[in-house]
Amino acid sequence: MSYSNKIKDIYLHQLEEIRNAGIYKEERFIHSSQAADIEVEFPEGAGLKNVINMCSNNYLGLSSHPDVLNAAHEGLEKRGYGMSSVRFICGTQDIHRELENRVTEFLGTEDTILFPSCMDANAGVFEAILTSEDIMISDRLVHASIIDGMRLCSAQHDTFKHSNIEHLEEKLQLHADKRIKLVITDGVFSMDGDLAKLDEMVNLCEKYDAMILVDDSHSSGFIGRTGRGTHEHFNVIGKIDIITTTFGKALGGASGGCVSGRKEIIQMCRQRARPYLFSNTISPVIISGVLKVFDILSSSTERRDKLEKNAAWWRKGLTDAGFIVKEGNSPIVPVMLFNAKLSQDFSKDLYNEGIYAIGFFFPVVPNGQARIRTQISAGHEIHHLEKALTAFIKVGEKYGILGLTKEKIVEKYGP
Amino acid sequence: MEEDIKDLILNYVINEYIEDEDEVITYDTPLISSGYVDSFSMVSLLVFLENKFKIKIPPAKATPEAFDTVNNIVALVNQYIKKE
Repeated sequence: MSYSNKIKDIYLHQLEEIRNAGIYKEERFIHSSQAADIEVEFPEGAGLKNVINMCSNNYLGLSSHPDVLNAAHEGLEKRGYGMSSVRFICGTQDIHRELENRVTEFLGTEDTILFPSCMDANAGVFEAILTSEDIMISDRLVHASIIDGMRLCSAQHDTFKHSNIEHLEEKLQLHADKRIKLVITDGVFSMDGDLAKLDEMVNLCEKYDAMILVDDSHSSGFIGRTGRGTHEHFNVIGKIDIITTTFGKALGGASGGCVSGRKEIIQMCRQRARPYLFSNTISPVIISGVLKVFDILSSSTERRDKLEKNAAWWRKGLTDAGFIVKEGNSPIVPVMLFNAKLSQDFSKDLYNEGIYAIGFFFPVVPNGQARIRTQISAGHEIHHLEKALTAFIKVGEKYGILGLTKEKIVEKYGP
Repeated sequence: MEEDIKDLILNYVINEYIEDEDEVITYDTPLISSGYVDSFSMVSLLVFLENKFKIKIPPAKATPEAFDTVNNIVALVNQYIKKE
């Protein structure tokens, strides 16, 4: 054994620093299935509390849908529990390829490759297709998994100001000499809930001979008229070279992700993407559930339509009540509080009112931009949203922030 | 001359990295450790400095510490301007 007290003290000290910084994360145990109404144990050992979930990625309310559950049961019976192998040895079933084809058809791309998660898709894709002769130019607010993927890649990297098309153009000019230029963005930004300007970005990419990658994890299944994603919303289906997305959010919410796009790029991923080569892929039971999700989405747009209505109701309700809400047209609705401690206190008070919504602050969001991030679901009924809004207003009144400008809130609680 | 370089770099940093107009950035504001500039975004600054001052900064010297404040950046740039 070499875990000496000296080593132990190093970790204890680091953990203490995390606690002192107020960013120590604790899990809340949910004793029910994922839904709008959940039973929560928090803190550990406390009695169960029924709360309304306002912070899950269960955008379409499919995480516990009976048809998805039945399909998963059936998949478990017919195809077993695990594969005990990576894809290219003996870990590929017919249903893995079937799902890849379904995703390709749904997203309007040329081909698709599955990954254990979208985190893995983003970790693998850049290294598989770029070398040191190339440049990755990413929006400054892209998801952490993209940042990790770029770190693993030998290509050069640069960034542009969030959603700033002029700045992106400057960067494309600056790096005009590179072999491949890859512009990288989220489709919907997870912390702010705004959409990347994909139409303008595609135009620029065509002008400067660059490729574009979009992580549509917070869009697939519900953004766009038929829920294809941000590329459908901006009418650029077929023009996005690479889409990465997840099955861990709207598309059933279990796990798994993929890279979908140009045929040769997908082939390169199959040869070189390390999370694909060195890890089991998605289990048959989850594949079966996700296939059913695509059946549901292909038969009706009812769920994404309801989600759109719910999100609009919620956004208007908060704005009318006097909260500062980040502008956007996605189901991610951030309520801006600016001060980190206020965001934590606000979240605790909401929980006491039966509303589960988490406060986010630096380093997850920029300094002085603390917020409660609310996420709306098609699983919410109006009575859920009414109760949540009543609680938000009650807590907002307690802290005296309703109708205040950013400057006034900061004056009252600090930056 | 020194003041010109300082202001040139400060203005570049503000235009390139600061998105909130309310933010006040001085010569001593920590840029990287405060989260204004991430390690990927340092590339633009490096290219700007090399082009503007006709210098070459070795990758080993372009550290987060050396780029953390405008004053640090000026000190780094001066090392190479003087050498050349």
